[in-house]
Amino acid sequence: MNRFEVVTPRDLPNAVKLLSGRNHAALAGGVDLLDLLKQNIVAPQSLVNLKGVGAMDAIETDESGGVRIGALVKLSEVAANPTLRERYGAVAEAAAQAATPQVRNLATVGGNLLQRPRCWYFRHPDVNCLKKGGDRCYAPGGLNRYHAILGGGPSFIVHPSNLAPALVAFAASVKLIGPGGERTLELERFFTLPRIDPTRENVLDTGEVLIEVMIPAPAPGAASAYLEAREKQSFDWPLVSVAAIVVSDDTHLIRDARVVMGAVAPIPWRSHEAETALRGARLDSSAAARAAEVALKPAAPLSDNGYKVPIAKALVRRAVLRAGGIETA
Amino acid sequence: MPGNGDDQRVHRLSRRAFIKGAGAAAAAARLIGAAVPLPAVEVADNSSPNPDGAIAERLGPGAVTIELKVNGAARKITVEPRVTVLEVLRDHLGLYGTKLVCDRGACGACTIHLDGHPVVACMMLAVDARGHEIVTIEGLGTPDRMHPVQAAFVQADALQCGFCTPGMVMSIAALLEDNPSPNIDEIKRAVAGNICRCGTYPHVFNAALAAAKSRGAKPKGGNA
Repeated sequence: MNRFEVVTPRDLPNAVKLLSGRNHAALAGGVDLLDLLKQNIVAPQSLVNLKGVGAMDAIETDESGGVRIGALVKLSEVAANPTLRERYGAVAEAAAQAATPQVRNLATVGGNLLQRPRCWYFRHPDVNCLKKGGDRCYAPGGLNRYHAILGGGPSFIVHPSNLAPALVAFAASVKLIGPGGERTLELERFFTLPRIDPTRENVLDTGEVLIEVMIPAPAPGAASAYLEAREKQSFDWPLVSVAAIVVSDDTHLIRDARVVMGAVAPIPWRSHEAETALRGARLDSSAAARAAEVALKPAAPLSDNGYKVPIAKALVRRAVLRAGGIETA
Repeated sequence: MPGNGDDQRVHRLSRRAFIKGAGAAAAAARLIGAAVPLPAVEVADNSSPNPDGAIAERLGPGAVTIELKVNGAARKITVEPRVTVLEVLRDHLGLYGTKLVCDRGACGACTIHLDGHPVVACMMLAVDARGHEIVTIEGLGTPDRMHPVQAAFVQADALQCGFCTPGMVMSIAALLEDNPSPNIDEIKRAVAGNICRCGTYPHVFNAALAAAKSRGAKPKGGNA
């Protein structure tokens, strides 16, 4: 780890000013940042401490019935929040399943969305891969069992955030403050594919700070589910995760659905195919299975990660059924 | 970071060395890291130029004197801002009960309480711990006056090599503060971030259940 200073700006505009300079990095919970520093993946001269410069640490219900989550809110607070658990179940569940209790008490919502990928080529200090500005991604010809089966190329990372698929399912937005002022962006548009720029996972500009996540009020009759499959049950990065929202009536007629997969693509992967298949259908196990089939139809596995396809199908099917109030074995 | 020729380098790495380097077995990375000589400590004051008052505080990169509250006592230490809470506890305060294993927040051996909540001490900068209450295994109980969880670990034979034990005890002690009578699933979730290579989990779960029972009998032990 290189040496660095830790600077606490007086307020957010000054944080933006500092972060616009070269070799600065934002410090919130610090969990992913310390990992990157210890691996010598980043070497900033200055950490800009965001704690105490603005509120950013509350979960609040807004006038329109939606919820605002400050970027500095801890994952453990998201997991335990009664409003989120009741109305945005998939979000609370995704937070509860992220990392370990000891990490959830440190890691923040902003950090979870902005953390860098877990790809072992990217995390290796001696490998200069495409994502670090090198000339190629080593996953296609290398060890790729944890890599992307959808949306890959030229980099094949999977997005590491647990929260992101659940938040995208609920049509969340992020508020960013930067040198040019404030902007609000749908979370779905915040993440960006490697074919646009393989060195980044999102469109956060230099100097910009993610300050808040806003989730609109769920539609009446909406219910959600979040499921993940892992190699190790106590805690692990998911092999596949699925967040599903189903808006249905008493007869299980689906008025609307959202299906977003995690750990399968470089961004949270929303399946419009699955959503279209579900809309207007009566929810039962065959409708859920059809949605799962079409969701994974575009999958293009690498040499060692084809196993993710049947896992993702199973999770899409189960998550849709669970969100629709039908329990499965 | 190499540009060309790096391709060749990847292929020279053995599978085992590669996976180690990627942090999956970060203890190896730690050994490599420890071999890098640290720059000489320069004790800088905390008052760098701040003409327009835009900066509330500037620390480092040289060593700065900070105060941490550890096991109920205010402790002054002089460290660079890159130093973690774990390094302060072990290298500066001689509190070796908090173990260094993976140094990446993945094993739980360095679990401490921060304002009563379990956190990994290796993934938190010491300067970020200012103003918070830190409790380590040493602050939980002593051999003469053991915390109920410590006593239950002895009774239930809940350790083998003992390296994960302080972290396990801290996780369970924090759980019992929030939830005095947890069920087995809640106990498993509470120690989900504590890895034991000896496989003592069944005895750890028994110890947690026993500690919950003994705490029920007498109100509260230790100062956690």
